[in-house]
Amino acid sequence: MNVNEVPQDPRNIKQGDTVRKKIYAVGQDGKYTGINSVGWDAENTALKQAWDDIDETLAETEKQVRAGGLSPIPYFMQKNLMDLALLARYMGKWQWQVKRHFKTGVFKKLDSGLLAKYATIFNITTDELINFGKRD
Amino acid sequence: MSEDQFIHYQHAHCESGVTANLLRHEGIDISEPMAFGIGAGLFFGHLPFLKISGVPATTYRIWPGAIFKRVAERLGVKIHAERFKDPASAMQALDSVLATGRPVGMIGSVFYLTYLPEAFRFHFNAHNFVAYGKQNGQYLISDPIIEEVTSIAPGDLIKSRFAKGTPEPKGYMYYVTGTAKDMNMAKAIEQGIKQTCFFMLSPPLPWFGNKAIFLLADKIRTYPKKLPPRKAALYVGNIIRMQEEIGTGGAGFRYLYAAFLQEAGLLLKRDDLSEYSAQLTKIGDDWRNFAYHAARIMKARTTDLVSYDQLSDLLMICGTQEKELFQKLRKLRW
Repeated sequence: MNVNEVPQDPRNIKQGDTVRKKIYAVGQDGKYTGINSVGWDAENTALKQAWDDIDETLAETEKQVRAGGLSPIPYFMQKNLMDLALLARYMGKWQWQVKRHFKTGVFKKLDSGLLAKYATIFNITTDELINFGKRD
Repeated sequence: MSEDQFIHYQHAHCESGVTANLLRHEGIDISEPMAFGIGAGLFFGHLPFLKISGVPATTYRIWPGAIFKRVAERLGVKIHAERFKDPASAMQALDSVLATGRPVGMIGSVFYLTYLPEAFRFHFNAHNFVAYGKQNGQYLISDPIIEEVTSIAPGDLIKSRFAKGTPEPKGYMYYVTGTAKDMNMAKAIEQGIKQTCFFMLSPPLPWFGNKAIFLLADKIRTYPKKLPPRKAALYVGNIIRMQEEIGTGGAGFRYLYAAFLQEAGLLLKRDDLSEYSAQLTKIGDDWRNFAYHAARIMKARTTDLVSYDQLSDLLMICGTQEKELFQKLRKLRW
């Protein structure tokens, strides 16, 4: 790739346009040199696809939590871009144990220590965790 | 060696960038491509059975921490590298080294690096960056993928250093403790090239090295048959994200390695290395073409067999050309 071919397609996704990566390209003298790039359409597409998928899944989960079909745990798990395996690893629990906490009935009976641990991992307060999606 | 003397340079790849910056701080004049080549950073791996966030793992780089260690070893630079059991001892160790004025390299998760825009912040646990001091309770950070220095709160740094998942950094940190009087660049370059050839050509398992490029190409061919359209597009998207985003793997790594071969050719006055550099630049263009085509598939959200077959063919071109190039590099006389 020559320096004049270095793509400059702005990465307008979640403040991604604030980073201008350095890319190596061949200059007119045939020598490699570093050039800043604001983004490349192909990469931006892949990045946008990943975020769209996250946002769509999260919106769907939020609906289910608000409808009372799921506890707030899976919502905040997805909001923190975690899957069940990763959340279980952070909690120091088996996946089936964490999965049980997805059930609204089980979630209501969780002790304050466990709730606090979840809240810390999700970077929110215990109140925010408990009250998410509750109907007024 | 006080903290204000640390000079931040932006680079293309995190670990080769950190390596170059840490060595430059010690007065060793080394470019990022040189660090990448001597440290044999180029690799490829595809593990269909290891799913990260639901998609099969693809890697373009050698395991984290390897580049710095190898470059140091090959240039006779003394280093210290350490993992920790708990955050308290990890942060204490960091503070005590920073207090001596030495910048410290670390591995952590991008997700908790609050100075990066949200767009990049996935649970990617193999990012390298440098802390070069402390000010007003914040750690001063030099992250080679961004243009300027920045800072981070201790709490966020702890989360990043002790992120869980695949892999787990466990507070890994590294720094230079002493430099050698005379460095044999020619020998270091030779060792770096030989090691890259070995890792690309020799692994007997299908998941690693050049072979894995063909494995991935075969897998891509099956995506539209085996996966629902949305999932197939996500799988392809992940290949591209691992390739070109924070990881810089695909075309970016080929250009980086080509820059290394060019610099090595000039330094050692070897035209054959310069020639191989030019060939690798063309292969980098092929990887770009692959990513470009993959993006078109993602946009179209189609699962028509023809486009996935074409995508697979484009990857096969990369794999075939690269195999030939590394076979030639392996036969170099030193």
